[in-house]
Amino acid sequence: MPHFTLDGRTIPFEPGQTLMEAAMAAGVYIPHLCYHPDFEPHGSCKLCSVEVNGRICSACTFPAAENQEVISASEEVRHLRLRLTQMLFVEGNHLCPSCEASGSCELQATGYYLGMTDGHFSHFFPRREIDASHPEVLLDRDRCIFCALCVRASRDEGKNVFALSGRGIHTRLVVNSPSGKLGDTDLEATDRAAHICPVGAILVRGTAFRAPIGERKYDHRTIAQVALEEERPLVGRQHGQAED
Amino acid sequence: MGKPKIRIATTSLAGCFGCHMSFLDIDERLLDLVEIAELDRSPLTDIKHCTDCDIAIVEGGVCNSENVHVLRELRRACKKLVSIGACAINGGIPALRNRYDLGDCLEEAFITGIGVTDPQVPGDPELPLLLDKVHPIHEVVKVDYFIPGCPPSGDTIWAVLTDLIEGREPVLPYELTHYD
Ligand code: SF4
Ligand code: SF4
Ligand code: FES
Repeated sequence: MPHFTLDGRTIPFEPGQTLMEAAMAAGVYIPHLCYHPDFEPHGSCKLCSVEVNGRICSACTFPAAENQEVISASEEVRHLRLRLTQMLFVEGNHLCPSCEASGSCELQATGYYLGMTDGHFSHFFPRREIDASHPEVLLDRDRCIFCALCVRASRDEGKNVFALSGRGIHTRLVVNSPSGKLGDTDLEATDRAAHICPVGAILVRGTAFRAPIGERKYDHRTIAQVALEEERPLVGRQHGQAED
Repeated sequence: MGKPKIRIATTSLAGCFGCHMSFLDIDERLLDLVEIAELDRSPLTDIKHCTDCDIAIVEGGVCNSENVHVLRELRRACKKLVSIGACAINGGIPALRNRYDLGDCLEEAFITGIGVTDPQVPGDPELPLLLDKVHPIHEVVKVDYFIPGCPPSGDTIWAVLTDLIEGREPVLPYELTHYD
């Protein structure tokens, strides 16, 4: 089987796999926010940045190949990821103490994993619209990190409820209905798109604070442990099916 | 003669004093602390201005002109400045007002709000002027260390404080790292 090295460790891969998929299959966690094994990679958050033969690349989109020397666990790469995470925090309004996703949020857990204690940059405090028009699902754009997971999930479900519009700092999450309101789409609370959000931007109503502090997803387990347990078994599923 | 005591100042800007309450949650370890440290300016001593000190711990964000003065005085007086809690680190709950126009906030609070009697926006010159937005303190002065949490637990505060007092670079274990 062909292989590459990741932080000095030999990682086998199947042709067509990305660095992320091969690493995940081998049980090595590479931080990520916009990647999910069930969806096509988006390559937008750059949290999965690794050094491949001296160049910084996104592990979730970069194809694995022979003779690659990949570095993920260096202090330089950790620091780069820390700064990216801090940017995600200051570009939105992340007031964790008042957020329903707190304790189960992947952005927060990524911050913990990287040892983030502050936002480093000046806060943008952007004004973003909250959409409470849907009876079962709340959309709080303050916390959107533009990972496009809801976009991909909804597209795969054939509903196309969500889309990202605009570029750079003007990017915003839009909803596909004549009024632009979530309540006028055919989104249902049982849709995958309503549950895939890694942060507290899309929330299913009536489910808040079910898990008390101390029993929430990331209270005792790091995001690395959770991802390897929950996402690792899914790796390759989509590819396998597509190739059949 | 023992070693000279470490001098610690603490203050609350735009916050709820929750971080100070959590500071008291270090419980009987307070006795260990007063053996080695002396409190300078702090709501616990009611000293109004701080003299030279080793560590200053600041809770709360910066929401008015007085907060700016107090913070700058503290920064000048201390060797290490520690930003504690969500409000000091990212504006926290007070920063929820940042999405609204300041005039609208004042009007809602003092003129049109439910239950307001004798509606008028307070304008006494003694009152500090409100800033347009609530800011984290690192946007106003240089901060040396951050203790996240809303509030951080007594254990978290103790971990950082003892590291600092003993001259170690503070590192928070996973269980003590929270943003809420
Ligand atoms: S989405 Fe996550 S990071 Fe943002 S406020 Fe909620 S818990 Fe905090
Ligand atoms: S709403 Fe959630 S899932 Fe959708 S793009 Fe924003 S962060 Fe990602
Ligand atoms: S996980 Fe690779 S860019 Fe987001």
